[in-house]
Amino acid sequence: MGNRQEKKISIRNLSDREFFYGHKGCPGCGGSLALRLALKVFGERSYAVVPAGCMSAVGFIFPQMAFTCNAIISTFPGTASMLSGVAAGARALGIKDFHAVGFAGDGGTADIGLQALSGAIDRHEKIIYICYDNEAYMNTGVQKSALTPAGARTATSPVGNRLRGAVTQKKPMFEIVAAHGVDYAATASVGYPLDYLRKLEYASQVDGTSYIHVFTPCPIGWGYETSDTIAVAKNAVDCGLWYLAEFSNGRFTLTHNPSEFISVQDYLLGQSRFRHLQEEDLQGIITMRDLKWSNIHREWFS
Amino acid sequence: MMLEQKAFLSGNEAVAAGVRLARPHVIAAYPITPQTTVIERLAEMVEDESLKAEYLNVESEHSALSACIGASAVGARTFTATSSQGLLYMAECLHYASGGRFPVVMMNANRSVALPWNIYGDQRDSLSLLDCGWIQAYAENAQESLDLIIQAYAIAEHPDVLTPMMINLDGFVITHTYELVSLPSQEGVDAFLPPFQTVNKMDLDHPMSLAFTAGPAYNQAFKQLQHQAVLSALKVILDTEERFGQLFGRNYSGLIESIHCEDAEFIIVTLGSVAGTVKPVVERLRSLGERVGLVRIRYMRPFPDREIRKALAGAKAVGVLEKDISFGYEGTVFTNVNSALMRSKVIQPRLLNFIGGLGGKDISVADIERLFLRLKSPDDGETVGFI
Repeated sequence: MGNRQEKKISIRNLSDREFFYGHKGCPGCGGSLALRLALKVFGERSYAVVPAGCMSAVGFIFPQMAFTCNAIISTFPGTASMLSGVAAGARALGIKDFHAVGFAGDGGTADIGLQALSGAIDRHEKIIYICYDNEAYMNTGVQKSALTPAGARTATSPVGNRLRGAVTQKKPMFEIVAAHGVDYAATASVGYPLDYLRKLEYASQVDGTSYIHVFTPCPIGWGYETSDTIAVAKNAVDCGLWYLAEFSNGRFTLTHNPSEFISVQDYLLGQSRFRHLQEEDLQGIITMRDLKWSNIHREWFS
Repeated sequence: MMLEQKAFLSGNEAVAAGVRLARPHVIAAYPITPQTTVIERLAEMVEDESLKAEYLNVESEHSALSACIGASAVGARTFTATSSQGLLYMAECLHYASGGRFPVVMMNANRSVALPWNIYGDQRDSLSLLDCGWIQAYAENAQESLDLIIQAYAIAEHPDVLTPMMINLDGFVITHTYELVSLPSQEGVDAFLPPFQTVNKMDLDHPMSLAFTAGPAYNQAFKQLQHQAVLSALKVILDTEERFGQLFGRNYSGLIESIHCEDAEFIIVTLGSVAGTVKPVVERLRSLGERVGLVRIRYMRPFPDREIRKALAGAKAVGVLEKDISFGYEGTVFTNVNSALMRSKVIQPRLLNFIGGLGGKDISVADIERLFLRLKSPDDGETVGFI
């Protein structure tokens, strides 16, 4: 994490206060954990902007509100634009020491919200944008998004005689955001909470736009036991299909550099969304993984 | 009465001048013809610090209004401006701003809607979004545009109203036409328009969840409150105009402007700049002894149904002239006027709907004279017709 000034955040000194609590999220929800941890880091002077999606669906059902800090649902495409307005409004009113924090899903980020996110990064808005990536449109019943990985079965990328799940690759959001020259970007996983917490803490100190893309498994949509969310989130990193990295000052760095990978097959076939995959599909996914990692090593460490 | 300066301004420049006087905290905008000179002037004012505001060059109209909603949600006064396709692209956020009770003020340059592409004025953009919950006003000239912008903040932010407001200017005819305009003093506007205060905001000392979900058990109750709020604007508009008149000496006539309707047999009802073409025709026909009149609708929402009924009570025939059509039926203004009249127990005048000016097609003095002749002729033909 370079030479930055920071108090070392740990699970031990994490706030006991809850800012996202009593919501109607499913058992084993990775996304709600990502919000809960993030708001513990950002604290009570946060304005949370949450677009249409899982977390708004479970957190704002009148009269039962789950946020104890300020929070607002944005339009589906409008996370980053509303965040920009919140930050500008607070600034203009002379409000100091606050965080404007967005929590958008994968579809709300990589599909319908990408335009507004791009604009906000371009303006270097002082906002923190967190993409909680559960790899499909979950609260509408598991439809494919641009962050659904190749081969995954969803309600709109079915498995049949002609197709075997999603035919597109997961959109490289982290790299797309970095290509804007963003002030800070990171990937994370709820399976590596300390790494995620440190990135949240760093983002809270950035004078500009921060983007954290956190991998948040969904037991309902992915088809695994609700008790396994952390293990699945960890295994995704350990098998090399997800990676923990940062981008700041124009440079990419890995915050976790595995010397060897655990089995991709075990990771994939442990989830019902991938269980139809055939040997050639699995080999194709491994080939793409290896290509990604060779690019990381060549481009980020040159 | 406060001292005022005079300036030679286009409608768009008058709007920008009005916005500066209203001291918004946040301006977010995306360019579209013929709105552009409003946001260009505002950008210059922010640059030279004659307007102290955050100016966001956003990436779309959807984002412009979304950002204004976000700023309003922390208690900031906001402004945006758009036109035509941009207004349509905002449609989701239009409903969002009104449903969330965020009193954003927006100027819309009325312009034709594609297809076919056309940058000139008609009112199909705003009238097709009449149901989005915004207060909608239609200006006749640059002076009224400026005054409406200042009044809009007082109306929209009124605690009984808390509803966003759209000020419509006919594209090019008003937005780009220069007039001598009286500029109220900053001291006067500050006295007229105190800083925005609302409880409907995210406050760091009193955290709140906004823009939430309300299921079937609660949803309609919120919608009823929203309806009541827009109806409340009927009185707030009148009170606001009265205060404005006392301070600045320019008096407006409420939700409609009615000319010679007391004894008129033949009346044209219209809105926007075309009223300026109708007025001299009415005066000339009056000088020839014809009992003709004009109703200029200034507000389409809330709709001035009582005022319309009163103004048209003695008419034999009424023509609703509008730059709009709801394809397959009639003009939206006509639908609203007709509905207002149907609520009265008096004898209905003969009602005709004149559709014209679409995509900037000129409406001339000769056209207006023909429309009055049509109203006087006994015959009939179709109720709805293009001119």
